[in-house]
Amino acid sequence: MTIKSLKYKRMGSKALVYFLLLFGVIFAAFPVLWLVSISARANGEVFASPPSFLPKVLDLGAYKKIFQDPDKLRFFVNSYVIAIVVTFVTLFISMLTAYGFSRYEFRGKKIINMIIIGTQTVPPIALMIPYFGLMVTFKLYDTYGALILTYLALTLPYGVLMMTGFFNTIPKSLDEAVLIDGGSRLLTLFRVIVPISLPGIVSTGLYTFLLSWNEFLFALTLTKSNEMATVPIGIQLLMGQHSYEWNEMMAMSFLGSLPIMLLFLFFQKYFLAGMAAGSLKD
Amino acid sequence: MFKNKSILRNKKQILDPYWFILPAMLLLSILMLIPIIQVFRYSLMDNVITNKSPEFVGLSNYKEIIQDEVFKSAIGHTLFFTIFSVVFHLILGMSFALLLNSKYLGSGTRAVLRVIFIFPWLFTPAIIAIVWRLILDPLGIMNFMLQQAGLIDGIVEWLSDESTALGTLTFINVWNGYPFYMVSLLAGLQSVPQQQYEAAVIDGANSRKQFYYITIPHLKPIILSLSILDFIWTMQVFPLVWMTTGGGPGHATEVMATYTYKLTFLQFEFSKASASAMIILLISMVISIFYVRSQKSR
Repeated sequence: MTIKSLKYKRMGSKALVYFLLLFGVIFAAFPVLWLVSISARANGEVFASPPSFLPKVLDLGAYKKIFQDPDKLRFFVNSYVIAIVVTFVTLFISMLTAYGFSRYEFRGKKIINMIIIGTQTVPPIALMIPYFGLMVTFKLYDTYGALILTYLALTLPYGVLMMTGFFNTIPKSLDEAVLIDGGSRLLTLFRVIVPISLPGIVSTGLYTFLLSWNEFLFALTLTKSNEMATVPIGIQLLMGQHSYEWNEMMAMSFLGSLPIMLLFLFFQKYFLAGMAAGSLKD
Repeated sequence: MFKNKSILRNKKQILDPYWFILPAMLLLSILMLIPIIQVFRYSLMDNVITNKSPEFVGLSNYKEIIQDEVFKSAIGHTLFFTIFSVVFHLILGMSFALLLNSKYLGSGTRAVLRVIFIFPWLFTPAIIAIVWRLILDPLGIMNFMLQQAGLIDGIVEWLSDESTALGTLTFINVWNGYPFYMVSLLAGLQSVPQQQYEAAVIDGANSRKQFYYITIPHLKPIILSLSILDFIWTMQVFPLVWMTTGGGPGHATEVMATYTYKLTFLQFEFSKASASAMIILLISMVISIFYVRSQKSR
């Protein structure tokens, strides 16, 4: 092969990579851009033929409608309250458990650890029926409590496994120094280990928030009133009520995706770490 | 006396780790262990919750479920959906990871592209369902573009035609799920020791050979655990199906989870639904044993 033909070959493969990347960008981003574009036009323009990619007239009426409707704002309040409470409770309990797992050897540790890995795979649909019975019996049906408790079942296994992984990377000599100076175990956990593992805590917290924000099945089955609906359920309600207000549904979807998008953009590094740890124990 | 005290102290310390793990264990017992026992018990009764005096009927609910044609087809749809989702997640995730890892990209471009490629994964299933319903509407943008490109003539009812609905749902799920693979595989690609590629180049291996003999073996553990987890989760799919087709048209996209949900909240057959849920749980458990094993060997 001459140098010239090698050069052409390189140019060719470079062009191929750029072409595939462009295709990938359209594939990944088009639905997202379409969502935003539809949310910013009048409903009459949604199915305009031929369709235009950008709104002909920018119309933010759909957003205005949502912000002026306390019933719809309530969906967001519900989602935020539940996701934030679930995140903090998960973090707190996971840190305690992870401390136990990473700093002690004890009988049953291996089996308990395996059970926790296994619980990640329990199908929510199998828990749905007993949860429904449980919540009705304990008068928690259609309350925040029902969703917060059941979401913990989904988030705790991840939280514990991820935090144990992060704590295991911290040398034991660090907390032993504090213990010898007469500090209590809890003091070492919260004064020594927690500050060092802050990146891990952020990763775990983000992943927990995401799981809780996205949950659908339990929100659908364990609440019934509109006052208790979270964002995903709110979107479903909107679809049932007046099924053709597409601009409003898209505006709602945009607002419902915003917190996750912003968290992702600001904490990308931690988010990716959590995403990888969500699938892989290390 | 001094000695005694230290023994006492030791005995107390043995219990220490259990105090730390107690809150999590308590919650997981109440929210996992007891409900699973409960759903198993329900599945052996004639009916529960609406029935004041349930009677033990053994495995007859299971028998009825397994003989139900709708359940059989739901298993078929679930398998189709799951297998094609996992395979295409892997193919797309790998392709995107390789593209992002390309030497032609500067680090800034790579960072921006990575964010864009992760987008589909950041959306709530309910939102994904509704956005795609809009795009795939018979009068929507997808049909318009395909018509302009001459790929289809006339209007395709992607989600309400029996012959296209399940494939369309699988496509949406592929779009949503590949970034999860991409992120892990990209991290894996970046951890392959560069010397191995250099040595292969000296030995005259082309890039395809390098991919099969160096890259793939290195990524194998990641691919394995991603695929097993993805298989289990995808098999349990609910919101995407529920909010796009609801299992229809007819039962064309009925999956195991929508079948169970309908038995529970539309027909109030709590015991049959429990039997159906137990079957999903058992399949998940069998696969998760493979998962726990693959985790242990890492």
